[in-house]
Amino acid sequence: MYQYNEDDQTLIEERVAQFRRQTERFLKGEISDDQFRALRLMNGVYIQTHAPMLRIAGPYGLLASRQFRKLAHIARKYDKGYCHFTTRQNIQFNWPQLEKIPDILEELASVQMHAIQTSGNCLRNTTSDHLAGVCKDEIEDPRPYCEIIRQWTTLHPEFAYLPRKFKIAVSGALLDRAATQFHDIGLHLVKNDAGETGFQVLVGGGLGRTPIIGQIIRPYLEKKHLLSYLEAIVRIYNLYGRRDNKYKARIKILVKETGLEEFTRLVENEWQLIKDNLELSPDRINAIKAQFTPPAYDSTSAEDTSFAQRQLENQAFATWVKHNTVDHRVPGYRIVFLSLKAQDSPPGDMTDTQLDAVADLADQYSYGQIRSTHRQNLVFADVKQADLFSLWQKLETLKLATPNIGTVTDMICCPGLDFCSLANAGSIGIAKEINEALDNMDYIHDIGDVKINMSGCMNGCAHQSVGHIGILGVDKKGAEWYQLTLGGSSENEAAIGERLGPAVAKDQVTKAVTTILDVYIKQRLDDESFLDTVKRVGITPFREEVYADN
Amino acid sequence: MQIIKDKQIIDDNWSYVSDDEELRAGNISVSLARWKKDKQQLLHHDGKLGVRLEPSDSIDEIAEDLKEIELIELNFPAFTDGRAFSHAWLLRSRHHYTGEIRATGHYMLDQLFYLSRVGINAFKFEKSEELPVALSTLDDFTVSYQKSIN
Repeated sequence: MYQYNEDDQTLIEERVAQFRRQTERFLKGEISDDQFRALRLMNGVYIQTHAPMLRIAGPYGLLASRQFRKLAHIARKYDKGYCHFTTRQNIQFNWPQLEKIPDILEELASVQMHAIQTSGNCLRNTTSDHLAGVCKDEIEDPRPYCEIIRQWTTLHPEFAYLPRKFKIAVSGALLDRAATQFHDIGLHLVKNDAGETGFQVLVGGGLGRTPIIGQIIRPYLEKKHLLSYLEAIVRIYNLYGRRDNKYKARIKILVKETGLEEFTRLVENEWQLIKDNLELSPDRINAIKAQFTPPAYDSTSAEDTSFAQRQLENQAFATWVKHNTVDHRVPGYRIVFLSLKAQDSPPGDMTDTQLDAVADLADQYSYGQIRSTHRQNLVFADVKQADLFSLWQKLETLKLATPNIGTVTDMICCPGLDFCSLANAGSIGIAKEINEALDNMDYIHDIGDVKINMSGCMNGCAHQSVGHIGILGVDKKGAEWYQLTLGGSSENEAAIGERLGPAVAKDQVTKAVTTILDVYIKQRLDDESFLDTVKRVGITPFREEVYADN
Repeated sequence: MQIIKDKQIIDDNWSYVSDDEELRAGNISVSLARWKKDKQQLLHHDGKLGVRLEPSDSIDEIAEDLKEIELIELNFPAFTDGRAFSHAWLLRSRHHYTGEIRATGHYMLDQLFYLSRVGINAFKFEKSEELPVALSTLDDFTVSYQKSIN
C-alpha cells in the first residue's frame, strides 16, 4: 500500500498544527460559529446530538494493521471504546471532545492517517472497489489512480469552497462494487479498441434526496489526462453550480438543468485549454503503481488439501466459507469478509478489542492490510486457504464471523437519530429488530442476496434509494415513520428503488420487511434472486401484502 | 485603512467609487457595470484604474482590457462562495494578468493560504487588527500537491 514520503508527512502534520490554532482561536471566541463550522468540517469534525463526531479518512478503504491499532487506542483514550465504519470507507468516532480533537489528529498523523476533507463542501475521500487488486474480473487495479486523485484533491486551493460536497469513486473491474454510477464523478477503467486502458468518465450521479444515475461524459479518457479532466469538470461546477439552494447545489442538478450535451461542451472546452499543462507522466503513474505491487504469494498454496477436508468435517465452517469468502485471482488464496453485522451490535461498529485483534490477525494472515467496504464490513484480501480454518475460529470468538455477507441481515445503516443531529428517525434500533426477527440462518441463506439499506433521513447516508429494500426514516408530526422502496441497485444495472406505498409506523417496519421476504419466497422461480423477482413481478404483489390490513 | 499586499501590511491608496458617484482623481476602483458603461471616459482618467468583480460576473468581460486595469477586486458576498478562487486562477494562468488581485468582502482570514495560492496577492479586511494573524496564515503549509500561482 501507499507509504507517505517526507512531503506527505509534513503536509498532514502542518494540517494538524493549523487546525489546532483554529480550534484555539474558536475556543477564545475569535472565530464565529459559522466560520469555524466550515473549517472543522473540512477536518472531519461534526457537532452531533451528544458530542462532536470525528470522521477519519480511510483512503479508498485501505488500512494497515498499525493504523487499526491506533484506532483502537483512540477509541479507548478519547471515545467510549468503539468506532463506526461508514459507507464511504471512512471511520467515525462519536464521542470525542472538541478540545481533544487536535490531539487525536496528531496521533493519527503519526500513522499516516488524517481527517482532511472527510466533510464539508469540498472534494471528499475517493472511494474504490474493496476487492481491488485481488478480484478475478479486474481490468486494472484502480488504487494507484485513487492515490493520485487523493493527492490532487488534498488541500486543492481552488476547490475548497464548492457549492456542495463532491465525491469521486473509481472502479477497475467488470462488476461495479464501488457504486460509481452514484457519484459526482465515477471513473471506470476500460479498454479501448486498441487494447489500451483508460477511463470511462461518468458525471452527475448521486444519492441523497434526489437520487440520479450518473451519465457518461467521456467514453474514453487517456490516463495521462486524468487530472486535467477532473479539474475541468470541477471548475465548471465551481463556476456554474447553484449556490442559492443547498438542496439543488450538487453537480447532478447542474448537469440536469444544463443538459448533458451543453455541460459536456463546457467541460470539453475548458479541458482543451488546460490538458497539456497537467499531464500525468508515465514515470509518475509507475512510481505510484510500484506502491501497490502484489505481495509475494506462496505458489504452493493451492496444494493444500486441509481446506477441502475441513469444510467436509465442519458444516459451520463450510457455511462461513460459502458466504464470507470469495475467489482470489491467485489459486490457493481466498478473500475473506469480516462481518460487522453481528446480531447484537450496531451495523458497522467495532470495539477497541476487536480493532486490536483484527490488526493482529491481519499481520498473521493477510500481509498486515485491512480494507473497509462500502457495505460497512472489512476484508482480508490475501488469505491462504490452509489458514482459513484457524482464522475462522478466531473470528468466531471475536463475533466477526457471522456468515451473513450479502444477505438480508448484512444491512447498511446510518447512525440515525441515536447520534446524528440531522436524522428524523432511528435506524440502529430497527436494524436490531429486523435482525432479531430473522435469526434463522438457514432462512437467511435461503433468501440469498438481499441488500437492505436504511437511512434515518433524506440525506441518505446509508444509500437507501439503491437498496434492494430501502428504508428511509421520516418525521411525521414528531413521530418516526418509515418509507419503504423496492428494487434499487448500485451495481452495474443501477436502479433507484420504487416507493412501495405510504410510510409505515415504527412498530410496523419489521413486519413489513418480513412480509416482503415472504412475498419473494412465494413469487420466485427456482433460484431467482430477490432483485430479479422484483423486476419480473413488479411492486404490486409486495404492496398488496404489506398494506393488506389497511 | 491598511491592507496586506505581497505579504506586507501597507496603506491602501485606492478609493472606491460607487456607481452613482462622480469619478474623482487618484486611484479608483469601479464596478464591472460602470467599467463597461464609462470605459472611454475612464481610459482618460488621471490615476490608476481598478475593476470590482462579483462572483456572478464573467471575467471574460474584462479579458480584452486587462492591460488598462491595475487592480481587480474580487468580492466575497459570503466566505462560502468559492467562485472567486476560480476567477483568480483563470486571471493569472489563462489571461496572464500581472496586476493586483485583491480579495474584499466577507471572506475569512483562514482562507488566505488558498487565496494566495490561486493568485490573489492583496487582502482587505473589515477588522484591520486581524491583519497580523492573517499574514501569519500564509505560512501554514510548506508543501503542497498542486501547482500554484504564488
